[in-house]
Amino acid sequence: MLISCPHCGPRDLAEFSYQGDATRIRPDPASTDAKAWYGYVYARPNPAGRHREFWQHAGGCRAHLLVVRDTLTHEIYEVTFARPLPGTGETA
Amino acid sequence: MAEYSALSLLKNALSGNRDWKPAWRKPAPKPSYDVIIVGGGGHGLATAYYLAAEHGITNVAVIEKSWLGSGNIGRNTTIVRSNYLLPDSIRFYDFSVKLWENLSHELNYNVMFSQRGVLNLAHNPGQADAYIRRGNAMRHGGGDALWLTREEIARKVPGLDLSGSARFPVVGGLLQQRAGTARHDAVAWGYARGADRRGVDLIENCEVTGFLRDGDRIVGVETSRGEIRARKVGLAVAGSTGRVLKLAGIDSFPIESHVLQAFVSEALKPFVDCVVTFGGGHLYMSQSDKGGLVFGGSLDYYNSYAQRGNLPTVEDVMSEICAMFPSVARLRLLRSWGGVMDMSMDGSPIITKGPLPGIYLNCGWCYGGFKATPASGFSFAHTIARDEPHAINAPYTLSRFERGAVIDETGHGPTPKLH
Repeated sequence: MLISCPHCGPRDLAEFSYQGDATRIRPDPASTDAKAWYGYVYARPNPAGRHREFWQHAGGCRAHLLVVRDTLTHEIYEVTFARPLPGTGETA
Repeated sequence: MAEYSALSLLKNALSGNRDWKPAWRKPAPKPSYDVIIVGGGGHGLATAYYLAAEHGITNVAVIEKSWLGSGNIGRNTTIVRSNYLLPDSIRFYDFSVKLWENLSHELNYNVMFSQRGVLNLAHNPGQADAYIRRGNAMRHGGGDALWLTREEIARKVPGLDLSGSARFPVVGGLLQQRAGTARHDAVAWGYARGADRRGVDLIENCEVTGFLRDGDRIVGVETSRGEIRARKVGLAVAGSTGRVLKLAGIDSFPIESHVLQAFVSEALKPFVDCVVTFGGGHLYMSQSDKGGLVFGGSLDYYNSYAQRGNLPTVEDVMSEICAMFPSVARLRLLRSWGGVMDMSMDGSPIITKGPLPGIYLNCGWCYGGFKATPASGFSFAHTIARDEPHAINAPYTLSRFERGAVIDETGHGPTPKLH
């Protein structure tokens, strides 16, 4: 599996560290809604197909990346920075 | 149905092996059953067997989308052990080892359970302390554990690199002598034959495509071979749990599917007579009766439903086995393959009634499902038959995550790739 880092170009999987599902949204830290916290901490959509996920180019530029990848074929559709780069306007 | 004995072997050898009978029937699905088990792997077949054998429920169908035993029951590294730390785990897996010890007799089918021992190598004093603590917990729970010094390990496993100059020098090891290996396919076949003989219909090439509902209640399944109704539907589909639950309208669940690879080398003369695990990284290996070294390591570390992995993990696993046994460096690999693991959020399984009325769920085996096959089937059958858990699976609820009552052996938290 090759991941095309927006900084470094296509690099081997071994350089990247998987950070998991990117669709979860953290509840308001003041929230005491147990269901909402359960959903954030434990529940996963776990799709067979397109999956939005975070990776870090840990063995390279160390950027956090948002990757859209197929969990059935390992095909990668899209790689962007996980959050906008300061001053560039490039967004995830 | 087929009977195996020295006499029948001789008779069939003389007649050119033309007269063997199939070990189980190939029935067409009936319109309805008392219980449907989705998933014809080890756990599904064991559940059907114990429903019939222990609870007298024989109007049962096992529905399998491919052929029986085509999933993880035939893809694992065949290790059976109960070397756990937490009381709930010790109780469950020790019960499983006890069922393993009598399984060939129970099924009248040789599952080749070999109590050759599992040896966990420790490579620093901290790890040694943790292993000794775990060994004490196992003994406290009624199991067996022995601490071996480096000298004792040198006598037991001669090929290991035990020199002080090893990258991860060995300081000792925890041995569970009652642990070992079994012939994994035979476990599926033995349970299948046992269930079939008691009247269970094993229906292959029959994929579940949806669920039948009566209000909130699940009352059967839609399949590629038509609708099949049942009062109770049990799911034992391991890595496909997410996909099957989506058909029932459950889009979010405390499971992630990950790919795990395993490997077998070309055959060698007898080289190692127990299971050895490497604590400097993560590797477990044994030698099969055919002589190949059977081994595996960690997950590929990303979500996957593909039954194949990538090369960085292969390289990692190979470097570990060469660190343990320098003499295998020039050995050739015969095969490698992958299986899809249902990784739960605390590393422990879920065996429970629910999450919908009419459904029963057995999943979350991470990559320790093979050794659990008998206890999983036994306790899941109990849960389905009596509508309440057996004492050994009572802690393995789905609600434990919401309640914060997780059973987390490794303390990694809700990071499934690390369990």
